[in-house]
Amino acid sequence: MLNGAGREIPLAIEGLDGITPFDRKSTYGQFKNTERLKDRQQNPAKNKIMDSMEKAIEATGLRNGMTISFHHHFRNGDFILNMVMDQIAKMGIRDLVLAASSLTDIHAPLVEHVRNGVIRRIETSGLRGELAQAYSYGWFDIPVTINSHGGRARAIASGECPIDVAFLGAPSCDAYGNANGTSSVNEAPSACGSLGYAMVDAQYARNVVIITDNLVSYPNTPFAIPETQVDYVVVVDRIGDQKGIVSGATRYTKNPKELLIAKNAADVIEASGYFVDGFSLQTGSGGAALATTRFLREKMLAANIKASFALGGITQQIVDLHEEGLIEKLLDVQSFDLRAVESLRKNKFHQQISAEYYASPENIGCAAHQLDVVVLSALEIDLNFNVNVITGSDGVIRGASGGHCDTAAGAAVSIIVAPLIRGRMPAILDRVNTIITPGHTVDVLVTDQGIAVNPLRQDLLAGFKAAKLPVFTIEELQEKATRIVGKPEPIQWEDKIVGVIKYRDGSVIDVIRQVKQGR
Amino acid sequence: MQKLRRTMLYVPGNNPGMIRDAHIYGADSIMIDLEDSVSLYEKDAARLLVYQALKTFDFGGIEVLVRVNPLNTPYGRDDFEAIVRAQPTAIRLPKTETADDVIEADELITEIEQKIGMEHGTIKLFAAVESGKGALNAAQIAVASKRLIGIAIGAEDFVTDLKTTRSPEGIELLTARSLILFAARAAGIAAVDTVYSDVNNEEGFASEVKLIKQLGFDGKSIINPRQIEIVNRIYTPTEAEIKKSKRIIEASLEAEAKGSGVISLDGKMIDRPIVERARRILDLAEAAKINVE
Repeated sequence: MLNGAGREIPLAIEGLDGITPFDRKSTYGQFKNTERLKDRQQNPAKNKIMDSMEKAIEATGLRNGMTISFHHHFRNGDFILNMVMDQIAKMGIRDLVLAASSLTDIHAPLVEHVRNGVIRRIETSGLRGELAQAYSYGWFDIPVTINSHGGRARAIASGECPIDVAFLGAPSCDAYGNANGTSSVNEAPSACGSLGYAMVDAQYARNVVIITDNLVSYPNTPFAIPETQVDYVVVVDRIGDQKGIVSGATRYTKNPKELLIAKNAADVIEASGYFVDGFSLQTGSGGAALATTRFLREKMLAANIKASFALGGITQQIVDLHEEGLIEKLLDVQSFDLRAVESLRKNKFHQQISAEYYASPENIGCAAHQLDVVVLSALEIDLNFNVNVITGSDGVIRGASGGHCDTAAGAAVSIIVAPLIRGRMPAILDRVNTIITPGHTVDVLVTDQGIAVNPLRQDLLAGFKAAKLPVFTIEELQEKATRIVGKPEPIQWEDKIVGVIKYRDGSVIDVIRQVKQGR
Repeated sequence: MQKLRRTMLYVPGNNPGMIRDAHIYGADSIMIDLEDSVSLYEKDAARLLVYQALKTFDFGGIEVLVRVNPLNTPYGRDDFEAIVRAQPTAIRLPKTETADDVIEADELITEIEQKIGMEHGTIKLFAAVESGKGALNAAQIAVASKRLIGIAIGAEDFVTDLKTTRSPEGIELLTARSLILFAARAAGIAAVDTVYSDVNNEEGFASEVKLIKQLGFDGKSIINPRQIEIVNRIYTPTEAEIKKSKRIIEASLEAEAKGSGVISLDGKMIDRPIVERARRILDLAEAAKINVE
């Protein structure tokens, strides 16, 4: 047949299926657009901007029983989740699964949404404050599901946790949905740095709504989320409060006990056998973990050792080492402070990565599996080296799984830092109240009063002894603590399960039960 | 090895958490305070707490002192009664002005030791001089009791007594520091310098530590564990000092083995003070965990 360009085209060619002759009337936008400049900006007929949140929600086709998601890069300064949930509730949509990457104090209004049936159940990495208490005290019928960051990414990517609509706040976005956690063209008022968790949702959700308070000109580069993954853009006054988003600067601790633990952790790294040129590391944002970086810096300078990359949540301390040339590259799944946010903007080897790239166990080359050393904190650890970072000593949920079990499993040496005694509680128990990270993936416990090595890691033990580090068995350390503060009374639980802890592969590693009250 | 007292860490006697953790930071001695850091309303509670802590906690073999209230206050005697029974290494006497202050404390301790059947002399004393009068009497104070293991200067009260303030250079303390140091050396006991209260001024602190080390002090009272490393670093001998000291000691041992009273090294005579200094350098090196073998 004669196609739209006037050429004779067969309707079938042997060996090739699906021949479609060119049609000049095709409406895929190939027509020359002399008004393109305007279209690229804010032409409502062409771009993805929706007038209101309500219209965006309608456009996604959200209905009862679906799954929605949010990211937690705005931490305690997040305005998005409550804003969207209020709108959804107003529209009468119910019975939703809320699969947020994490939840915090600011999300207390969710208590009402769960109570009223707008939300049927929640999947998250962590929760704190009123919502966490509401679960712990057994107010809700369906338990909260706790995922690790890598586990959540895996579940979403594999279809185990299919997201119908992702509502993603973006500190900068253009009219077509190119979105980022900072802006290269202005001072994004809600800048949060890396959008690592949101990137997974954007990639896999059926519908993606970007919500921004900083609409910038097209194309918004660099972007974390490309326009190809975005369906709608909603512009609002504010998406977050930067005071809650970043803490300003994560300062080095002056607490002498944390400094002592940090120094011990740096000694452990030095003696681990992995402290060689090109090693890689991840340190958390807790006081002792941050300070470890400082002591490690001195050791790196003294031994002329440079790290190839630092992973995870990026902090000022890590950025400082990067800019000093001691860490070559930064792989940033979430930026913890303003320095990290700024670094992401200006340092070319500061790369934002998605949670899937960071830690998904089904991604064989994920960055967590390339880690040599990780320093992690713990609320409790037990004689089998199992670690709890989610429930407090009263049994109430007050933390997050985060990347704890992902990096412990991935790193060649996983180091847990904790004070031997916290307040009046020993950090080492016979059995932790909730297992987040299984003991076989934990290698060393570093406390202020000595270190303990997992018996599975005899190779490490030899090095530590040679370096004359204060090595004890974990039982000996426990004994040291209990001599002073005794063994805590076990927490009293009801039978009702209020939380399900999933390991990174999706299997259930533990459950949290309702805390018995009125004892 | 002689007992090192590079760092004597102050711990308020009314803070159970700090008392519990005091021994973990690597100070040579810890000094639990019942005096200035405890308000009048808490004296009883703190005394009881410190008593129980001393009886209960394992301080890991570190020397523990307790600073009591002066005997001329309503709390002093009760402090002695409780603390002697709890058996710290020593009681630190604040505001010591005369030899009689030490003798009075010695007698009281003797009395309590006898009462409870504790071996005489178990509890040692450490005197703190905090006034012009005390500084002038330092020589008598230092020899007033066999229990006395050291003498310290407390600068805050001292400068107030002198009607001045502390300067970064410490010129106002120079005479008192020297008097106390001479007294200690004459008596063969330790000399410990005063606290430096601006814990965030690491540079100022380090410069003061260098000064007191040069003067000859054994060490310094400190108020924050973060200061320990700075003191230890300054007191740690250099590699060259260690090497030389080892050779001096070896030469002295060799001379001793030969029955010779004359020690020579590299063709030069070595006399006794040089050997003593070498020994102290090796002690300090060992305390800094430097392998001197």
